[in-house]
This record gives sequence, C-alpha cells and structure tokens, in this order.
Amino acid sequence: MPTLLQVTDLSKNYKDKNYWFNHKVHRALEPISFTLDAHQTLAIVGEIGSGKSTLAKLLVGAEKATTGKIQLNGQLLTKDNFKQRCQHIRMIFQDSGTTLNPSLTIAQLLEEPLLLNTDLNAHERTLLIRSTLQQVGLLADHMTFYPHMFSGGQKQRISLARAIILQPQVVILDEALASLDPSLRAQMINLLLDLQQKMGLAYVLISHNLGIVRHFSDNIMVLNDGQVIESGKTQAVLKNPQHQYTRKLLMSQFFRIKH
Amino acid sequence: MNLLDIRNLSIELKTKTGVILAIDRVSLTMKEGEVRGLVGESGSGKSILAQAIMGVLDDRWQVHADRFHWRNIDLLSLTHQQQKDIISQDVAMIFQEPMACLDPSTTVGEQLEEAVPDHQLTGFFWQKNKQRKLAVINLLHKVGIKNHTKCYRSYPHQLTEAFCQRVMIAIALAKKPLLLIADEPTAAMETTNQGQIFRLLASLNQLKNMSILLISHDLENVTHWTNNITVMYSGQFVEAGTTEQIFNTPYHPYTQALLESSPKANIELPPKSRLTTLPGSIPVLQHLPIGCRLGPRCPRAQKICVQAPKTTNYHGHQVNCHYPLKEIY
Repeated sequence: MPTLLQVTDLSKNYKDKNYWFNHKVHRALEPISFTLDAHQTLAIVGEIGSGKSTLAKLLVGAEKATTGKIQLNGQLLTKDNFKQRCQHIRMIFQDSGTTLNPSLTIAQLLEEPLLLNTDLNAHERTLLIRSTLQQVGLLADHMTFYPHMFSGGQKQRISLARAIILQPQVVILDEALASLDPSLRAQMINLLLDLQQKMGLAYVLISHNLGIVRHFSDNIMVLNDGQVIESGKTQAVLKNPQHQYTRKLLMSQFFRIKH
Repeated sequence: MNLLDIRNLSIELKTKTGVILAIDRVSLTMKEGEVRGLVGESGSGKSILAQAIMGVLDDRWQVHADRFHWRNIDLLSLTHQQQKDIISQDVAMIFQEPMACLDPSTTVGEQLEEAVPDHQLTGFFWQKNKQRKLAVINLLHKVGIKNHTKCYRSYPHQLTEAFCQRVMIAIALAKKPLLLIADEPTAAMETTNQGQIFRLLASLNQLKNMSILLISHDLENVTHWTNNITVMYSGQFVEAGTTEQIFNTPYHPYTQALLESSPKANIELPPKSRLTTLPGSIPVLQHLPIGCRLGPRCPRAQKICVQAPKTTNYHGHQVNCHYPLKEIY
C-alpha cells in the first residue's frame, strides 16, 4: 500500500522582477522530501521566513512548485487538477474570524465546498452539513447563524467543519491554534485528536508553540531559511536535539517550565 | 511601600438596556520593583482594568473603588485632572500591536523626541534641540538598539515588530516611569523575539527598579518573568499569589484548569492524550452568570456558588472561591 502523502524534492523560488537581465531569485524553500501516513501528524517548526507557510501553500495548491512532485496515495497531484486537491487536502488558517465570509450564513459557508466538489442534492447537502456541525461540537441550529454571532473558539470550529466536510485525508493547520485562548485551545486539541482517531486524518501542523508540537505530533521537521535542519520522531528530536538552531529554539521556550 | 493599592474596584458599563458590571470587585496591589502578571482569557477585563488605572476610559464607563491609592495618595478624593496629572507622570503603558500604535506618517526619531518631557532638558533654548536628540539616542541605547541613526530616521513600517515594540518601550521610558503597564507586549510575535522583549523588561526592572504589570492571556508564557501573579476570569478576581504558589499549588479550580490545559506546563503528559478542559466557553458581557461567574463551567460548583464568594487569604495566597482546592495539597 502506498503512503498517504509522499513529497519528493519539492522546492519554491520567487523571482524578483525588478531586474530585467539578471533575474534575482529568492529561494523560499530548498528541495525537501517527506512522507506522511494516515493517523499521523507532521509538525513543522521554524521562525518567520523559514518557509513553513510556503510549504503549506504548495501542499494545498495555492502556489505552484518550482520543482518536485506531490503524490497522494501514489497518485501524482497535478497543478491544474484543483478538484482532486481540494477534496483531499484542506487547510485551516490562523485567524478564523477573517477567513469566514461575514455575509453568508454558516449553512451557506459550508455548502460552498459541497457545491463545487460534489454532486449531492440539496437535501443530502443539508444532512451532511448537519452531521458535520455535530462532529465539531456545534448544533444544527447554528446553520442559520452568521459568523459574527460566534465566539473565537466557535469560529475556529466552523473553519474545522469547512475543512472536514469533504472527508479529506490531509488537513493543514497553519498556526490554527495560536490565536485561541488556552482553555479553548485545549478543547480544540482534544477535538482534533478525536477526529484523527475517528476519520484517520493526517495533519500537517505548523506551529511555534513547542508544547503543542510535543503533545500533538508524531514527526517533526525543523526548517530554517528554507532548509530542513532536523527531522525525525518528535520525542527523539525534542529530547536530544542535534542542531544548534533546534537547541536555540528549545531554549527560547522550554526553560520557562523548569523551576 | 505600596506603589499601587486598589481594593474592590468595580467598573460599570452604561448601555441602552441597562448597566453591566464589567469588572466586579477586583483588588490589586503593586509594590516597588515588583513584576506582577495579570492573567486572564479574552473578555476577562484585564485591559479595561489597565485602562482604568491609566484613567483613559471614556464617559460610558463608571469606575468605583473602596480604595484607590497611588503611593499613599488617595486618587479618589482628587479631581479628574489632578488624577491624570499624577498618573501620567509616573505610569506608562505599552500596547499589543506596536506597529499599529506608532504614527505611520512620521519617523521614529520624531515620535521619540516628542515623548521626551521638557523639564528633563537643562540649558538655553539653542542647546535644547541637541539635548533632545541626545536624550533620544540614549533611550534607544537603553532598549538595546545599537544602530541608532538608522532607527532614528526610519518609519515604523520599515522596522520589524520586535523593533517597534522596543521603540514603544523607549517612548514609555522617556518619562522615567515608576510603573510600566505592558498590555500583551508580545502577542503575535515570534518566540525568539518574545524572549528578547521579556529579557529587556526584566533588565529594566532589575536596573531601574521599575515595577511592571505584565498583562497576558497565557499563563505559561509569563511564569518565568513574574514574581507575583493575579488571575482574572470574566471580570472577577480569581486568585493571586506568588508565581510558585499559583504554579505549584493553585487553589482555584479555574487556575488549575488553566494549568492542566497547557501541554507545555505538564511535561509528563503522554503525547496525544486528552487534555483536561473546562466545558463551554467564556460568557459574553451581555449574559453574565450571577454569583461566581465560573459557576456554569466549574467542576466543583455547588448550590452556594450562585452567591459571589468572598476573598480568603492563606499566607498571602488570595483565592476567591467557596470551595478552594486547599485540602488536596
């Protein structure tokens, strides 16, 4: 059986168009390869400009890769086949308040991906929306609400509902837990772990909170300047970091607990 | 000597439908040279409390207190203007998004020059410009900006978030305040930059004996930097004590839940296990529960919790609960 997600030599260059003749090239992401199985979580940590968001955009198809290929269940993901990618790889953003369209009700918001990607009829769509809302801990009554009527934690749940409504296989969490309050964040982590067990989701977690990374992920990948510095099992890497940069990153967060 | 001594401060918000008690009898004391953390989730009223201390709330908010002393001066007996004069002399505040708080249309240098008070400059009028510039450069050095000429000439958008926060701190330091209120100074900042800002604040506290009130929504982020912590929930006082007391033996169910819900604080927790959380979410201002506002979410709530509890003090560890977790330690 092929692995769920296999990435080989994926890289991204940005061209600086201000120079006519010698094009300056900014390498946002050096060629990287990794694999991800179902029920697994891959954490990506690094500072601003380390290429972690670029990687997320490449995986989800918002940017075109310069080199490399992404295989999902052994199938090559092509640049133009959006339908295939939208169904199987979904993303949750950091600020859920601004990613929900304020002029649509929750039912309309969740119906959009269904209209674009499936051929369910109206009744089936409503049923699916209803059950998805229940899955993320909201009520069916919430379908007629508008996004501004919800609190921050509930909005994040709606984004999650929008991500899982198409039964995806990979969900990308781009700092999705960073802006939540601690008690809501813990609720959200529990919910994500439950869904992973039930649906066999694979997560790509982009975060700078190493406490969450340690708790949540199976594998970790440390990026700096677009290069993979260290990767492996989360427990092993965090316990015994090999690279100076990883150690610095750990130092900047973990010394606070040791009283 | 107590720098700031507040007892039973209540803040009411007048709306069309009636009066809402946004902050319900919160007490806060600050000693000289102390770093106190004020922790609460969003909507807990910590920013309102800070604004009430600064006296910058508008007319819709009404502030009452049993005691509001600043260095043994009773501020409540003074007029509003006198209060403002005293507070603005000795208290400075820095805000959450430094880039949004600085003026985008003038250079950082000009903004800093504006902040330097006139009485610090000695000499004749033709010397003052030079002195002012020198004072600004000194301020920039104090907050750890070495390349002062470049920073002086740049606009806020040309600097990074951490540099902007340093400039904000420099502006706050211009008046040589006794108390610095830092309202989530590192929100939306990278962890390495967060460390830099916290270290800067800690060194200012050590070198200048400046008290700092550090406001944060995350308990785990501030514990390393504070001497004492006050926890608030939904406008009510929850618990106050030294950092060790709060972190090692929390007496209030809410503080305990906050600590247990953070994977960073429990290093022994097995990976991918369920975290213990409180059910539900923080109540909105329009629908506050009566009595103890944690009541509907609290695992230890009983019948009596519909009445507001009184604050009890166990050797400086104050807790506001009918059933504190004292017995289990």
